[in-house]
Parts: sequence; structure tokens; C-alpha cells
Amino acid sequence: MTPRHLAPLDGRAPLDGKAPGGPLETKWERHKAELKLVNPANKRKHTILVVGTGLAGASAAASLAELGYQVLVFCFQDSPRRAHSIAAQGGINAAKNYSNDGDSVRRLFHDTIKGGDFRAREANVHRLAEVSGSIIDQCVAQGVPFAREYGGLLDNRSFGGALVSRTFYARGQTGQQLLLGAYQALARQIGLGRVKMFPRSEMLELVVVNGVARGIVVRDLVSGKIESHAADAVVLATGGYGNVFFLSTNAKGCNVTATWRAHRKGAFFGNPCYTQIHPTCIPVSGDHQSKLTLMSESLRNDGRIWVPKQTGDARSPDVIPEGERDYYLERRYPSYGNLAPRDIASRAAKAVCDEGRGVGPGGLGVYLDLADSIRRLGEHAIRERYGNLFDMYERITGENPCRVPMRIYPAVHYTMGGLWVDYDLMSNLPGLFVIGEANFSDHGANRLGASALMQGLADGYFILPYTIGHFLAATKLEKVGADHAEFRKAESDALERLKRLLAVNGRRTVDSFHKELGKLLWDQVGMSRERAGLERALARIPELREEYWKNVCVPGSGEELNQSLEKAGRVADFLEFAELLAADALHRDESCGGHFRVEHQTGEGEAKRDDERFCYVAAWEHQGAGKAAALRKEPLAFESVHLATRSYK
Amino acid sequence: MGAPATMKVTLHVWRQKDRDDPGRMVAYPNVLVSPDMSFLEMLDVLNERLIEKGEDPIAFDSDCREGICGACSLTVNGIPHGPRKGTTVCQLHLRSFRDGDEIFVEPWRARAFPVLRDLVVDRSSFDRIIESGGFVSVRTGGCPDANSIPIGKSEADAAMDAAACIGCGACVAACPNAAAMLFVGAKISHLRHLPQGRAEQDRRALAMVEQMDREGFGNCTNYYECEAICPKEIPVRVIAEMNRDYLKASLTAQERRTESGGP
Repeated sequence: MTPRHLAPLDGRAPLDGKAPGGPLETKWERHKAELKLVNPANKRKHTILVVGTGLAGASAAASLAELGYQVLVFCFQDSPRRAHSIAAQGGINAAKNYSNDGDSVRRLFHDTIKGGDFRAREANVHRLAEVSGSIIDQCVAQGVPFAREYGGLLDNRSFGGALVSRTFYARGQTGQQLLLGAYQALARQIGLGRVKMFPRSEMLELVVVNGVARGIVVRDLVSGKIESHAADAVVLATGGYGNVFFLSTNAKGCNVTATWRAHRKGAFFGNPCYTQIHPTCIPVSGDHQSKLTLMSESLRNDGRIWVPKQTGDARSPDVIPEGERDYYLERRYPSYGNLAPRDIASRAAKAVCDEGRGVGPGGLGVYLDLADSIRRLGEHAIRERYGNLFDMYERITGENPCRVPMRIYPAVHYTMGGLWVDYDLMSNLPGLFVIGEANFSDHGANRLGASALMQGLADGYFILPYTIGHFLAATKLEKVGADHAEFRKAESDALERLKRLLAVNGRRTVDSFHKELGKLLWDQVGMSRERAGLERALARIPELREEYWKNVCVPGSGEELNQSLEKAGRVADFLEFAELLAADALHRDESCGGHFRVEHQTGEGEAKRDDERFCYVAAWEHQGAGKAAALRKEPLAFESVHLATRSYK
Repeated sequence: MGAPATMKVTLHVWRQKDRDDPGRMVAYPNVLVSPDMSFLEMLDVLNERLIEKGEDPIAFDSDCREGICGACSLTVNGIPHGPRKGTTVCQLHLRSFRDGDEIFVEPWRARAFPVLRDLVVDRSSFDRIIESGGFVSVRTGGCPDANSIPIGKSEADAAMDAAACIGCGACVAACPNAAAMLFVGAKISHLRHLPQGRAEQDRRALAMVEQMDREGFGNCTNYYECEAICPKEIPVRVIAEMNRDYLKASLTAQERRTESGGP
């Protein structure tokens, strides 16, 4: 049932997410049974390109190769094992109910929809919850060493936005262990000759022939050579765009280039303004800062977050008596307390710092205090849970978190927005599939902790292998090789752009532009956004972009390993993408999840959604260089959950 | 905001244009740094200065800068990843150095890790070793429930200790023989401590050790330098476990060959 109050769709046909009909609980089962299959003997006649080797890309590539497809895989790192999924610390959710605390598929589905502030597609989220259990089974079979209890069964812990313990983990290195599982499955296929791997290769263009995605153009980052690859389908698993802010918890190489280039070729970009600011990161220490480091949200299981009650209280934390501390999350959200969802915890931290009660250098920090848990469970038990996080914290700050409360502050961490995809994870361009963080799909306006790993692996192991087969079986593809004129054109476009960057020969470094763009976005399009600031950002970004193309300095040539040139291309794309991000934030005149518009809040400072006007996915269509993108809307209909105001009180 | 640049150091950095260039050390005197900077942030600062002067910046690998992706690979004053125990060079901060220090920065040195440019090396030999057998041969789907096989906590912990390897290659760079045994042993140990990995224990050891030899890594002569510098503190017991599996598999492999007509 579509709510009657949907906004008129500006004369354009609404976008169809193509979720199957019927009851929510059986949509995926039925859809799977109806999907067309490719004859096993014909699978090897189909070539599929997978770009990116994180959890989504590696798991998809391995699974597709196991099915018999010819798979070519690309990553910019020197090895597929280094993709940024490796840095995920805390865990992966699954509705196994091993803890006997009342978890179920329904509950995981509901928590995810609610956590995303009712801005995700119901059918996708339900499917995600349905396959979550199989992911854990798959990973255990691969030899992922999850944490176990003495009896030998798997251990669980809690994460934000949930009242059950459904998070599986491998010390503080869950992402690493899951990625190594997927990487090893991929390596096995490479060893068997079923996957051809191209490390140190960066995708610079998507090639579209007669409206269908048919290949990519890549640059070999060692030789500088530009090469084309043609295929029957292209899978982008290239992660999020958090680095548009320069400082984020993303790896240095994370970028928007693959998805942005696809957008420029016609793929819709969904909800770019949905960015996640993670509440527990190590605060910035200086202008030299190259990236920010996350301290896993799992610490909030055992840590209590507080600031002094008194503004400007500069005493050392150990001499501030209990009565003069404000455990503001426990005070404001008594039922979820320190486990309030990320967007809420981040804004609450910003609010107390804005009041002048922040701690540490510059007053941009709050305490995460483990003292109570250490008293209750002993330092040994706490170290066993978080040992590697403590080591990391100590190396960066020079302080021991078992003696002195940790100082944390929010930082850009994840992007819920991404290329728009339908229920089959295919973009509006036939043949272009987008999985993992690179798509917009399952997390709505805010992702819950430990759900990114779940989504990446769900897409790669258990969803894409079915849906891509259907596309290949149901579509008659014309014969297209890498000698097609569209490939020649895409190659020359890519080469031309690199030559232009090298030819500017200006005075400013790529990083200096990137830092300026990042600061602008953090200030105006960051944790809280308002019309005037967004308009300022929208005026400034094109100026900065213009200056970039006149004054950037990129040394070296295109025919060698040239890291400045790699960065220059990525920042050029960030400078275009940033404008879409800000425009989307300005257009979404409501607060929801991680998107907080100052104009729309309750008296208590909580986000105020506007379901009358904004209960849709904003999918932006590129209209050509220098022109504003056009808005397409996918209405969100909630059949199984009631649109309700999120409350964690 | 932030700590001022209060220290000056002199950097001596290996510069090499490409694989074929013989390469040389180049000195960069008086680099202004702050003790709160990470080692790689110092190189960022130096690179910004070089680019502004119209010189080529120093190429080096790094990505997560949290000590987990394994991309960074610098030898600092002769020690892979530098002086701090259990720490990758991306997590090494300049408070470990003093004002006026001279710091020598070189790439990993090993025949199996050719230098591509400056401090960037080719570690694809590690990937090929994993491709030869560093996995459990299961396909996607159809796996039993995750709790169907209980695994004792100590075994699970032993597996995790070895699985913590980040594949950075520092063990090879530290070894006078450029042996890769800590890396290979870590994967073999990780999987042999889990029931899921045991079905292929023999095959895995034979295949991975043979691939390691083909890649041109050296042999272990018990220096234990690898354990001393490993940023994840992987213990040398994994090498003993690898040797045990390899020896056992070598002795029994002949039988299997006659039984099945091939390994």
C-alpha cells in the first residue's frame, strides 16, 4: 500500500525498485524461485568484471567464479587482501538468536529499518536479515576464527541500536578476518585459473554501449598503461565516498571515482547526503592529520560516555567526582543509554562540545570511561575484549585507556548513499550491478553498527550470484569487444583527463585542495546542516573546482608509477561529487538519520522527519557537465512496519 | 589547533625511479615535524614540500594507516616498521624519535619483493603463495550451522593468534635469508587449529611450501628476527607447526600419489 500523502513526483515517472509482490516474508524465496538460470555449460561463456575486492567484491568474485563464470577482478591496492573492509573492527550482525534473547529475522529487519530512520527499502532489508545467518555459517566453514566461549560455541556481543546480542566478532579485527575469508576464497579461484586478478589497477571509466554497461577502462598504476576490458556485466564494489571530507576513518585510497564515473555515464546516484558520522573516533591532533582512527563502537558495551557537568571544567578526569559528571547518553536515552545509534550519539557529543563541556585539546572530545567495567570484570577481561584497540589508542595518543578515560570525538566513517540499485542490485543501467557500500540500498539514512559487514557479504555471497544470472539469462546481449568505438572513446577521455591534470602545472598540491574541500564539507555539510551553510558550500565548491583545474600541481608523467596523479584524478572527481552531496542535503528539507537539518528538530534537539514530503529515495541523474543533476524519486512504501518517530529513550 | 612542529629531523630516503634504476639514498635535511605526527604523516609533509619545489615526491605504499591493511612497508634505521615493538610504521609516531635525529628510510629488501619505485615493492609473491593452498576449499552455500562444530576456546584463540597476520612482509625484510616462513607458517597454523582446515592440512603444507620456494624466498636458520619485528607479534611456533605439517605430508605424500594417481 502506498501512502496517500506522497509528494507529487515533479512530473517524472517514479523510479521502480522492482521489489517483488506478495508478503514481505516470502518475497526473496519466491523471487529466487522465479529467477532465470544460466545453463552451467554456458556460464563460462559469460565474462563478468568485478571492481573492488572488499567484502562485497571478493565474496562476489569468488562465488561467481565457483558458479563457472569467467571473472576479471580489479583493485587499486597491491593485493586484494588490503581492501578497506579489513579495517572494520567490531563485528557482524546475524539473526541467529544464539544468545536466546529473543532475536529473529523480524527483529533484525525491524531494528535496521528503524535504525535507518525509515528511509530504506523494506524488501531489501528483510532479505538482508534473512540471509544474515547463512553468512556466519559460510564464514565459519571458511575458517574465520570468530570469538568462542569455553564450551566451544560462538560468542556474541551487543551493538548500538539493538536490545539483543547478535554481533559475532573476532577480537577487534572482525573485518580483517571476514575479508581474509573472502580473499582466500577468491585466491582459490585465482589459483584454479577461474579468476584473473588485476591488482594496482584503477577503474577510470565505465563503458556503456547502446544503454548497456559493457566494460571498463582501467589504468595500470605501475606502468601507467590505459587498458579496456569488455564483458557481459560489470559489478562495482568500490566502497563509499567518506574521503570527500578528506579526514575520515576510511583508508587513504578510498575514493568515489568508479561510482562517479558510472554516474556520469547515466547511473543514478542515490541519497548522496546520507553520510555517517561515527561517534567513537580518536580526536584530531593537528593540521598534519592524514586520517582519523576509529575506536570500535563495541567499546560502548563496557564504556560509559561522559563530560563534566560544568562548562570549562579543566580538571583531570580522575579528580572529577561522580556527582559532577554528566553521563549524557544515559541521561537522555535511559533505555539504550551508551548504545544509542551512531547518528544520535554523534550529535549528542557535538552538542555537549558546542556547550563548551568538551574535553582535551580544543575542547573537541568526550570521555569514554571503562573504569566501571574494569572494576566489575577486571582489567584482564576488558583487555581480552578490546586489547588491540587499546594498543592502537595508546600508540596514537600516548595514553593508557585502562588508567585514563579515552577521549573520543565523532568522525566521518561510512556513506549510506551510493549508486541507486533495484531489488536485484542492478543500477538503472542494464548490466551494471553495484554491491556493498558502493550502493545506496539497505541502511536508509543511518547504518547500525556491525551491519556493513553483513550487507557486503550478503550482497556478494547470497544475492548477486542469483540476480546476475537472471540478467544474463534473460538478456540478449549484442557481441561487443574491447575494440568497439565506445571503448576507444572512453580510453581517450580517460587519457585526456590525465593529460590535462599533468598539464596544469600550477602552484598548489592536490592535498591542499582536498583538505580545503574536506574542511568546507565538514563545516557546512557535516554533522549538522542548514540552508545558509549549504548554499555557501554550493557557491564555494565550483570556485574551488575551477581553481583546481587552473592551479593544481601534479608532478611526473602518466607513464609511470605516479601517486600524485592517482590522487589528482580522485580529488578531481570528489570536487564534482561534493556538489551533488551538498545539493542533495539542501533539497532534503527534513532531518533523518545521519542527515540533520538544524531547521528540523524537536525541542529536545532530536531529528524531525517529514514523511509527508520526503518519504522517498532521491536518485540523481547526471545531465551533462556544468548542469544541475535531475531528481528522480523512488517512493518508499512501508507495508510491514509503521512509520514512527524513532525513539531510543 | 594541534601541536606545533617542534622537532627537526634529517631524513635519508631510498630513491629509485623504477625496477631497473640502481637507486640511491637521498638526504632531506631539517624536516620540521611534531611529535604527534605519525611517521607517514612526516613523509606526507615532506612530499608536499617537494611538490611545491617542483621535485618528485617519495612514493610509498599505505592505505588504512591503522596498522591492519598491511600496505605500509618501510625499513626505518635498518628495522622493518621501525623501532617500536608490535607496531606498523603507519602507527609509529614521531614521539619515538628525538630532535636532531637522522633517520634512514628504505624499502623492504628481498629478491622476492622487487622494488617498483622508491619505497614501493611488489609483494604479489605472497598472494601466489595463498593462491596455492592458503584456504579451505568450500564453496558458497550449503554450509552447516555455524555452531554445529564446537571449537575449544584455546584452539580458537591459537587460530586467531596466527590469523592476525597482515601480510605486510616485514618478516621477510627482517630475515637475513629473506625467508617467508613466518608468513606461510601463520596461514598454515591458523587453518590447522580449526577442524574446518584439517581436511586439507597435508595438501596445504606441501603446496604452500613448494610455492614459497618457487618464489625465491630463503630458508629459516632460526634467527627469529621475524618474530622480533612482526607488527602483529606472530610467534615462531607457527614455523615449527609448518615444518611439522610439511614433514609429515612429505612422508605420506608418496603413498597418496600411488593411491590416487597424483597429489
